[in-house]
Amino acid sequence: MILETKALGRDFGGLTALNDINFAIDDQEIVAIIGPNGAGKSTFFNVISGFYPPSRGTVSFRNQNMTGTPTHIFARLGIARTFQTTHLFYNGSVLDNLIVGYRQKTKMGLFDAILRTPRARREEADSREKAQEVLNFIGLAGISTEPVANISQESAKRLAIGLALISEPRLLLLDEPAAGINHNETKGLVELIRKIRSHGTTVCLIEHKVQMVMGLADRIMVLNYGSKIAEGSPTDIGSNQKVIEAYLGRAHHA
Amino acid sequence: MLSKNQKFKWSWLFYLAVLILAFIFPALNPGSYYIQVVSLAFIYAIAVYGLNLIEGYMGQLSLAQAGLFGFGAYAAALLTMKLQLSFWLAVPLASVLTAVVAFFIGLISFRTRGHYFVIFTLCIGVIINLVIQKWDAVTGGMNGLIGIPKPTPLGPISFDSLKAQYYLILVFLLLTVFVMYRLVNSLIGRTFVSIRNSEELAAALGINVMKNKILAFCVAAFFTGMAGSLYAAFIRFIGPDISSPTLTFEFLLYLLAGGQASIAGPIVGTLLMSGLTESLQFLRDYRLLLFGPLLILIVKFLPMGIVGLIHKLASRSPFRRSAAKSLNPSKTVKGEGL
Amino acid sequence: MSLFIQQIVNGLTLGSIYCLVALGLTLIYGIMEVPNFAHGHLYMVGAYVTFFGMTLYGLNYWVSALVAGIIIAILGVITERVVFNPLRHAPSSNRFIAALGAMMFLEAAARLLWGADFRSIPPVYDKVLSFAGVRVTEQRVIVIVAAILLIIALNLFLKRTIIGSSIEAVAQNPDGSSLVGINVNVVGMLTFAIASFLAAVAAALAGPIFLVFPTMGELIIMKAFVIIVIGGMGSIPGAIVGGYILGLTESLGATYISMDYKDVIAFLVLVIILTIKPTGLFAKGV
Ligand SMILES: Nc1ncnc2c1ncn2[C@@H]1O[C@H](COP(=O)(O)OP(=O)(O)OP(=O)(O)O)[C@@H](O)[C@H]1O
Ligand SMILES: [Mg+2]
Repeated sequence: MILETKALGRDFGGLTALNDINFAIDDQEIVAIIGPNGAGKSTFFNVISGFYPPSRGTVSFRNQNMTGTPTHIFARLGIARTFQTTHLFYNGSVLDNLIVGYRQKTKMGLFDAILRTPRARREEADSREKAQEVLNFIGLAGISTEPVANISQESAKRLAIGLALISEPRLLLLDEPAAGINHNETKGLVELIRKIRSHGTTVCLIEHKVQMVMGLADRIMVLNYGSKIAEGSPTDIGSNQKVIEAYLGRAHHA
Repeated sequence: MLSKNQKFKWSWLFYLAVLILAFIFPALNPGSYYIQVVSLAFIYAIAVYGLNLIEGYMGQLSLAQAGLFGFGAYAAALLTMKLQLSFWLAVPLASVLTAVVAFFIGLISFRTRGHYFVIFTLCIGVIINLVIQKWDAVTGGMNGLIGIPKPTPLGPISFDSLKAQYYLILVFLLLTVFVMYRLVNSLIGRTFVSIRNSEELAAALGINVMKNKILAFCVAAFFTGMAGSLYAAFIRFIGPDISSPTLTFEFLLYLLAGGQASIAGPIVGTLLMSGLTESLQFLRDYRLLLFGPLLILIVKFLPMGIVGLIHKLASRSPFRRSAAKSLNPSKTVKGEGL
Repeated sequence: MSLFIQQIVNGLTLGSIYCLVALGLTLIYGIMEVPNFAHGHLYMVGAYVTFFGMTLYGLNYWVSALVAGIIIAILGVITERVVFNPLRHAPSSNRFIAALGAMMFLEAAARLLWGADFRSIPPVYDKVLSFAGVRVTEQRVIVIVAAILLIIALNLFLKRTIIGSSIEAVAQNPDGSSLVGINVNVVGMLTFAIASFLAAVAAALAGPIFLVFPTMGELIIMKAFVIIVIGGMGSIPGAIVGGYILGLTESLGATYISMDYKDVIAFLVLVIILTIKPTGLFAKGV
């Protein structure tokens, strides 16, 4: 077990976006979270990645209670994430983005930078090398010098994943990685996610493309109105009455 | 690849030419008035480099800059006048003190964001300005401080003449540019720019946003304080005016005119705008009449300033066609050092 | 004790002026998310127009105030059209900087046209009323009463008229409003007109008590910012409460703490509040 939530809840003003979630993610599995729009999926991610403090309950990561931990420490402990609306650093090239992504692993300070000490040079070289490695892994080596503002939606999605991967996280959270890309591209992405897992990283993803999830995930959690309404293998979920009702009962767009 | 090399050589030659010009400028006998004008512009440029770091690279519009400039100036003046410290001790000490003050300001002010941060820092600037105005016993109140000693001779080199002072200030300016260049082209600079682009993403990548903001603010304050202390030693008279928000707004104008988030921007903007002010003599007292609308025009039509414009033109030139493909030049130009 | 009451009355006078200026600032912020730095300088021009209306053209005090209100309202609409409207979709720091530009221009123009001298609007209602040992000039009573009337009128306008409630609608949801047929452009201009009118009238009211000079807008705009940060940027009740709080704090602080540092107090209050609550006292949202 890598991450566990106990009675986790989060409110926004009067709205309960997340309620009483007990959930655990095991080492090296691929879990998916599905649910209608506004079900609280992204909120769940935001809470377990340290972006929003929970209103109730606890998150523990590798048996460590994360209550009160600053956001950037979540990342340093090994929880990496992407955002639903793809976040990238739009002023740089693909390579530039990845280099910054590696910053948390480097230690150089102000004087290293000003004096260009051996450490500064070594770390800059390391960052580049690591970035190149990740570029190959996510299949973007061919466009490494391209400004991010010019790359395709699919490449942007892959780059966002690469940014999260470069610090070698233990747990990777992907918020709708396949949104806005076509069928073939989605297949490629599934391959990438499998490859990530085979390198030892646990993956948890939110996805509306149910078909993709059914083929990819080991386990699925279904949220509706902030509560967990089902959890189980893809086959269990596919035949779960509550899940079918939740999807039929509310207009939703895949 | 080739075009990149070419660009490198050309800009390198260009900078060498500018540097030579800066060094031979006093030898051209431009008259003491112009030496004075350019020296003062250099001093302001150092402060504008500070603003460039915090606003241009970090994206945090601090309006406390003149307050910090004034703080540095008064600190250096008091250190040399009251404690009889040498210029060479007083300037670094005043700069460090300014950075320390900025550290505490940053600790509080970076808890706020967006417009709150801007207004907060403006208020800090006003507080510094008001305290300088009112604290007669130390700052001389509205009368200011007069008779600040000239820079202490450095062995055989004395700084009595205007030309010697010009070179002294030039050296400080070059030092500033060097540090800023190294900084923004390092992993640290990349970190700052990433925070400007998206604090959320930076935090998700394990970057300590607060710590980096405070670091940038302290470095910015160090140079702003240094500029202030040079001002004190160069002009040798200081009054509360040098810490007033109006000066912050002028710094901002210099930065925007030159181009934020570029290494050349601050010096280009400062020289140009102070040159403009001086050459339009009749406008000297009413320069804000011109500066105000200029500021509006710049943010509307030239958001990356003159340096940004040159970049854009250069990337369109036939020699560098590959770069011209960029669909969104305004987005890609920002953040590139010159 | 009577000194204390005296200072309360002074604080209310000051607070009334602050309220009227801060109300305009918060209205504009609510509608356009513009921290309108030039607002205090419209206040300054309003003071000059009143001054010249009375001294140069021999107009009655109230007529001058009204003329100032109208002229400044027009000036406000012009700044909206020329400066802020073209930058509607620009990053927020650009709007901030443009506002600074407008401010610099107005101040420089005032200096050029009217010089840096201090002037004062000839007092009309300078009779001293005294009761229970407290002495108040009629003008101060007028300021307090007029401010209350204007605040009531503004609230009635926003709540009871269709055009007024469209301002509130835009403030709540600028993107959705154009969908339901509200013309965001008209609302923007109207808001600037109202806000500028209030600033000019505030200046006319304050004119006979305080002095008129080109940089008079500088301090008041910063204090108005302090007020709306305290009260929550965009909040109308917040601006009213914040205005009176600041007026009273300054007046009492000047008496009981330090006359010299009375202007520092406002900014210290803000620093302390933002230190404790970085999003302001009455922040909306999370
Ligand atoms: N920062 C916030 N402030 C206020 N309300 C929020 C915030 N974030 C989310 N919410 C609300 O919480 C509820 C759950 O939102 P969330 O984004 O978690 O849904 P989701 O399951 O990710 O939906 P989608 O599939 O559309 O991405 C929604 O009603 C949303 O409006
Ligand atoms: Mg979501």
